[in-house]
Amino acid sequence: MAPWKFFRDAGACPAALVFAVAGFSLPMVAGAGTYDLTVDRVTIDTGGFSREGIGYNGTSPGPELRFREGETVTINVTNNLDVPTSIHWHGLILPYRQDGVPTISFDGIAPGETFTYSFPIVQAGTYWYHSHSPFQEPDGAYGAIVIEPKDREPFRYDREYVVQLTDAHPHSGHRIMRNLKSMPDYYNRQQQTLGDFLKDARRDGVEATLADRQDWGSMRMMKTDIEDLQGFTALVNGRSAEQNWTGLFKPGERVRLRFINSSAMTYFDIRIPGLRMTVVNADGNNVQPVTVDEFRIAVAETYDVIVHPKEDRAYTVFAASMGRSGYARATLAPRDGMEAEVPEMGAPPLLTMADMGMAHGMDHGAMTTGDGMKGMDHSGHAMPPPAGSSPGMPGMDHSAHAMPMTGDATAPSDSFYAPGSGLLPVAADGGKFLSYADLKAQKPLYPLRPATREIELRLTGNMERYVWTINGKKYEEEEEIRLTYGERVRFRFVNETMMTHPMHLHGMWSILDTGAGKWNPVKHVISVAPGTTVYMETEVDAPGKWAFHCHLAYHAASGMFRRIVVEGGPSTGMVGTTGEGG
Amino acid sequence: MRKSVIALMLSVLVLPAGLLPAEAQEKGLIFYGIQFEEMEYRFGDENERLFGFDGDAFIGTDELKLRWLGKGEYSFRDNGFEKLENRVVLQKPVSDFFDVKAGFRLDTPEGRDRWYGVLGLAGLAPQWFETDLDLFVSEKGRLSTRLDLEYELLLTNRLILTPSINIDAAFSDDRDIGIGKGVTAIEAGLRLGYDLVDRAISPYVGVVYEGAAGKTADLRREAGSDVDGWRTVIGTRLMF
Repeated sequence: MAPWKFFRDAGACPAALVFAVAGFSLPMVAGAGTYDLTVDRVTIDTGGFSREGIGYNGTSPGPELRFREGETVTINVTNNLDVPTSIHWHGLILPYRQDGVPTISFDGIAPGETFTYSFPIVQAGTYWYHSHSPFQEPDGAYGAIVIEPKDREPFRYDREYVVQLTDAHPHSGHRIMRNLKSMPDYYNRQQQTLGDFLKDARRDGVEATLADRQDWGSMRMMKTDIEDLQGFTALVNGRSAEQNWTGLFKPGERVRLRFINSSAMTYFDIRIPGLRMTVVNADGNNVQPVTVDEFRIAVAETYDVIVHPKEDRAYTVFAASMGRSGYARATLAPRDGMEAEVPEMGAPPLLTMADMGMAHGMDHGAMTTGDGMKGMDHSGHAMPPPAGSSPGMPGMDHSAHAMPMTGDATAPSDSFYAPGSGLLPVAADGGKFLSYADLKAQKPLYPLRPATREIELRLTGNMERYVWTINGKKYEEEEEIRLTYGERVRFRFVNETMMTHPMHLHGMWSILDTGAGKWNPVKHVISVAPGTTVYMETEVDAPGKWAFHCHLAYHAASGMFRRIVVEGGPSTGMVGTTGEGG
Repeated sequence: MRKSVIALMLSVLVLPAGLLPAEAQEKGLIFYGIQFEEMEYRFGDENERLFGFDGDAFIGTDELKLRWLGKGEYSFRDNGFEKLENRVVLQKPVSDFFDVKAGFRLDTPEGRDRWYGVLGLAGLAPQWFETDLDLFVSEKGRLSTRLDLEYELLLTNRLILTPSINIDAAFSDDRDIGIGKGVTAIEAGLRLGYDLVDRAISPYVGVVYEGAAGKTADLRREAGSDVDGWRTVIGTRLMF
């Protein structure tokens, strides 16, 4: 085994991390790496709580796996648990039998069994792996994957770190699921109270405040329903804010940070006060560099950013959860033990009627609601498409948010949020907040061509029952989605719920339609904000059976999941290289 | 006739395990929960000491649940249950926010027992009222009904004031158990609780009014029993 194959803590093996990419490129090694992973009961200790969880090779997160594009990897996974397990290689393009989803790609790994995965590495970038068996990933069964490209990167950096975020919870995944089913707001401790009522009444008047509460009460929806699961301790590479994971740098170095959101349920807004971040890669694929002050990472996404700290001082990597119920914190510093100020999270956002899909034909500035919000009838709630990307929306004048894609607009706006959305992100320290609209592929993986057909997937659910569905049906109630090898399918996601759903297609790329044509970014997770319609296209180039689901662990488990069957194509289920490593 | 109704109710209860789809069992989509909304001491006039509970347990899938609902009041003065009822129902969603439930109820307080068939609705009404509406058919063939409403007012996210009201009404007399036609009983409570451990343990204090009404109250007066009373309660809500 090559020495760089395993190391679990980036800081523990600096020599392997510090490699100058510019200036030389290693000869392509068509190697065949062999890796051994054991799936173990481990102790997860956040400092605040300690509990039994699941990890790999005795730790959670598991070891960082470093592959090289072009090699064929063999991974022996030994299950030391007393329940079946599995490992899914999130974002990797591979034969479907290697994809690691029990009942879809294989039978799972029985207790005591060793299962050998073997597949060619046909891409480069930042990915991760995790169990796809019930609630094991929320319990700690995840790790990072870094794939080094066979060609040189189109950007320079001197040093790199994986920054893997998670939302460790004192309750086990099974218990969380059960509690959510018994009481959907079990973990919501940011609900509006009598105090909020009085405060709002003082500001808006008693009548308006009562009307507001009645509007939401008639729908039996909460403005605060942004995070189903609060009470977590956010971790960076397994360390809590107090345990303060630290990455070292020499002033003047360019540092590549590979952010991976391995949380079960939590989106994060990430910033590094004092440093601007140049986003160079999203979901494993290089994007045209875009410099931002803050970005939001959906569950299961990855973003690689390059920072250029010049001063001899510490910087805080601050990741506030989207609902502001917790934050992760890490430090970049020239020397161990240094710390920078940890900022405040700010007030939790509140959903608006726009997030309920109620922006229909309304002026986006003032969400003074009246009628027009009876129940949750979403028929005909055609929401604005990504600007300039899609068929016209008859009868809707959304000129107000037909935003230019230049990203230099001063008023906060983002075509990937409903106009007037309470979730619209704003950079805490001012400046630029990354939008999906800013992501442009560095080197398109596929030529642009019209989609052969469109499939509508309405993201639906019932918060009170904690049932999450696609087109109103749970996984077990609905047939699989059948695609034909060689076609290009356009998926239309219509989010009819008040939650944000990170939709993840296995086995094939998700080309997010930002309106950039051939430069549309190629991803593996598409986050769909409430009250919006988002399009993605998929070149159907991987035969077999694939999972397609919301990556919020408890949404997937309660029904927001589909099986995709790709018919036709090479009978072996083996697909050639589809990408060039971004 | 009455016997056959009860036999039907009983046969329905034998089914649930078989009805839960095998796939759901394999995939771990069967859930359970146990909750005692009330578990309390009640202090009334003249050193009256009572223990009261209102519990609820379920097992099942999103589509079908088997639920137990139990309610009782034990008097330390009389060393016996003044009220004790157990309901076992099957529950199935009928709309986004409501379930229909059917099953049986057995009342076994001091005095005469009663069997009932139960048909009801349970769910969340607009403006966040937890609502239960039940129709009962007793073994004597007599109809009665109950409406149960509860609201949670969040003073803070952990300090919660819960008003509740419970109204029983009968469509005909059942003198054996002291029930007169019309509204038979009203129970209104106001409990202030604090979520001490998650939502699992929430101690509370409160006041409860319990009273017989209408003809039922007359019957109780004739029998020389208390008709109504205010009680101070102290207890804890439990959820597992």
